[in-house]
Amino acid sequence: MRRLMFLIPLVLFLGLAGWFAVRLKQIDRGDTPDHLPSVMIDKPVPAFDLPPLVEGQPGVAAKDLGPSAGESGKVRLVNFWASWCAPCRSEHPILMRLAGQGVDIRGIDYKDKAADGQAILARDGNPYAAVARDESGRTAIDFGVYGVPETYVIDRQGRIRYRQVGPITPQDLQNRILPLINELSK
Amino acid sequence: MIPELGHYALVLALVVALVQSVIPLWGAARRDPAMMEVGRTAAYCQFVALALAFGALTYAHVVSDFSVLNVVENSHTDKPMLYKVAGVWGNHEGSLVLWVFILALFGAMVAAFGRNLPASLRARVLAVQGMIGVGFLWFMVATSNPFTRVDPAPLNGHDLNPLLQDPGLAFHPPFLYLGYVGFSLCFSFAAGALLEGRVDAAWARWVRPWALIAWSSLTLGIAMGSWWSYYTLGWGGWWFWDPVENASLMPWLAGTALLHSAIVVEKRDTLKSWTILLAIVTFTLSLMGTFLVRSGVLTSVHAFASDPARGVFILALLVVATGGGLLLYALRAPILKAGGLFAPISREGGLVLNNLLLSTACATVFLGTLYPLFMDAVGGGKISIGPPFFNATFVPLMVPVVAVMAMGPLLSWKRADLAGVLGRLKIAALVGVVAALAALWLAGTKPVLAVLALGLAGWAVMGAVVDVADRIRLFRMPLGDSLSRARHLPRGAWGTAIAHAGLGVAVAGMVGTSAWTTEAIQVLHIGQAVDVAGYSFRLDSVAEAPGPNYTARRAVLTVTHQGDFVATLAPEQRFYPVTRMTTTGAAIHTNFFSDLYAVVGEPAPDGTGYNTRFYRHPLVPWIWVGSILMMTGGLASLSDRRLRVGVPLKRAAPRAAATVPPAPAE
Repeated sequence: MRRLMFLIPLVLFLGLAGWFAVRLKQIDRGDTPDHLPSVMIDKPVPAFDLPPLVEGQPGVAAKDLGPSAGESGKVRLVNFWASWCAPCRSEHPILMRLAGQGVDIRGIDYKDKAADGQAILARDGNPYAAVARDESGRTAIDFGVYGVPETYVIDRQGRIRYRQVGPITPQDLQNRILPLINELSK
Repeated sequence: MIPELGHYALVLALVVALVQSVIPLWGAARRDPAMMEVGRTAAYCQFVALALAFGALTYAHVVSDFSVLNVVENSHTDKPMLYKVAGVWGNHEGSLVLWVFILALFGAMVAAFGRNLPASLRARVLAVQGMIGVGFLWFMVATSNPFTRVDPAPLNGHDLNPLLQDPGLAFHPPFLYLGYVGFSLCFSFAAGALLEGRVDAAWARWVRPWALIAWSSLTLGIAMGSWWSYYTLGWGGWWFWDPVENASLMPWLAGTALLHSAIVVEKRDTLKSWTILLAIVTFTLSLMGTFLVRSGVLTSVHAFASDPARGVFILALLVVATGGGLLLYALRAPILKAGGLFAPISREGGLVLNNLLLSTACATVFLGTLYPLFMDAVGGGKISIGPPFFNATFVPLMVPVVAVMAMGPLLSWKRADLAGVLGRLKIAALVGVVAALAALWLAGTKPVLAVLALGLAGWAVMGAVVDVADRIRLFRMPLGDSLSRARHLPRGAWGTAIAHAGLGVAVAGMVGTSAWTTEAIQVLHIGQAVDVAGYSFRLDSVAEAPGPNYTARRAVLTVTHQGDFVATLAPEQRFYPVTRMTTTGAAIHTNFFSDLYAVVGEPAPDGTGYNTRFYRHPLVPWIWVGSILMMTGGLASLSDRRLRVGVPLKRAAPRAAATVPPAPAE
């Protein structure tokens, strides 16, 4: 009996280790601790109509997301970014790749100087079907953006279905975003 | 070429560590002196190999060799030399190199200074040390090679995170690692003793120096980290209960408990299996810190770029090391014989209480750190546990620790006279009351608890003074005799008193700044002034100032007190163009009793003024003064002749100089 008492620390520790292992497995599947849920999930995108980043090109508005007259709508991404944001630069190649695969990404340049935003897109390439400026950050607040970059998956009905806080990593893309786009596009 | 040599040295160290972990253990089982001796040779070889690897990586950073990925990702040619060197350990791979280098350093120190250890124990300790080395070296070679090349080499690097480009933080990791890794030796000694099946006073004497080195370094490392957050985060916070901070606090608490319980093993030959368990737990908590920081299991501002694949590896390491240690404990600890009995009120009793409180405090921090994880795993949603939880649980546990700490050293072994001890502490009680009254007079009644806590701090500091005064019979015999006694007082006794006083001083600092900070946040125009706690801060100018790898916007402030000049403060905002990050450099003027703290931030939206924040933090410098005292106490204890590393112990001879009357040494 006394001997069994000396086993208690080992048993407790193994329990803890097992649970760590489960957590690591969950993280591997994309459920990271910094994955923040959003109250906006399954709600329609907030009303907004933002001016274009580049004069003369289309801006981004709530009515562009979801079904419009004549077509049943398309799954789209809304990506908040800025020229001053370093993680946005690391995310940029992934957006370019997504755009190359035909994914419709709408960009919102957050609290940025128009010239800076334009210069970055001219230098690194433009993955966006349309890109607008949110100089006041008002629309970002309505979406519930914590900080750039942040990306939202919008379904064919114009509802927010997923929120990515921080840059999209290749794992996020493989494990969450691409499967979700495929599922929603069915 | 040099990076390849470094990589080769790493692999070589891995192979040597394998030898070190198998042959001496085998030799100890067969009682074969030659095989046991392999442990020492291997420990030296491993040290040399890892010194080479560490040197190679440092060289690559110093000369900015951008064909090495690690240098590209963490360095830049414009970076000042100090941070080129500090950049070596400012990243995941490099910090691991430092980790194993320190591990090998400790192994080599056991090999060199452990001549007085029984050969079989030394062989077993070195073997366990070798196993830890195998784990970490394998981890590095398999997942985190610091010497990976890039081809073609870029022209310049990405620079080190500007927050890490700071003198306080540059040397924070090495001290933390000295602490974490130092506890690995306590673990190895515990495992060695379990394998031997013997824990006695001699064992406790051999473990104590290593525990003291580790504890003192960890104390300094934590203090440096907290000092850094105090002056860089821009509002004077010095502890945030962030998971990574907690990861360093937990081994500290467990290590503090270990230091104290080892005294009981040494003097009274009891509490053995508990002390062994503490040694295992302390190192486990150090390893777990490594796991939590690098696996991405927890979110923290300090976390390294995390990677679940690495997490799995570290978890496996943790399971093998701790699981193995605890299994050994379950099998062998029951055979350890309990030693002397003691009454509840006795030195032993006091140390048991200390251990109970410290381990409960450690468990509290552990729960608070992991609870959010647990809730998330069972679907309880994302929650965060902040300072309120820790203030409500940890702080009440520390109150009795500090209160009893003053009495502990005055209690006698086996059975003590509590009333007599309290009688001797009358002066300490008086000082406590005076400290509380002084706080009341200077700061007003609110908050009552802080006033009481300050009284407690005064009691603790004076208690340590009384302890020394008592031992040297101050004022009870001629001063010259007292001084001579003071000279001959064992360093361990000095260490205890200094460290205990240090904790009291640090507590006063923590209480003072938590309870009585004054702040003023406003937009100031050039030439305007604002009053903070009787001090007037005037914004004189704001100008651009170039730095080596940043540009700064430096403000100049004049501080006056009732019209008298006090100080000129020059806070700055630094912008690092390579990483496009801004850091805040607060300006601090200290007079030892309080800090005046100023931050000048962004220009206000109207474009004419600046956002400014001024604080007066009473007693805050005492936190670090106290920490340094604690570390000094640890080092003083370490220099005690009884434990001095490398001094052969003549066990037959009575302890230290025979001229000293048999005052209790701790």
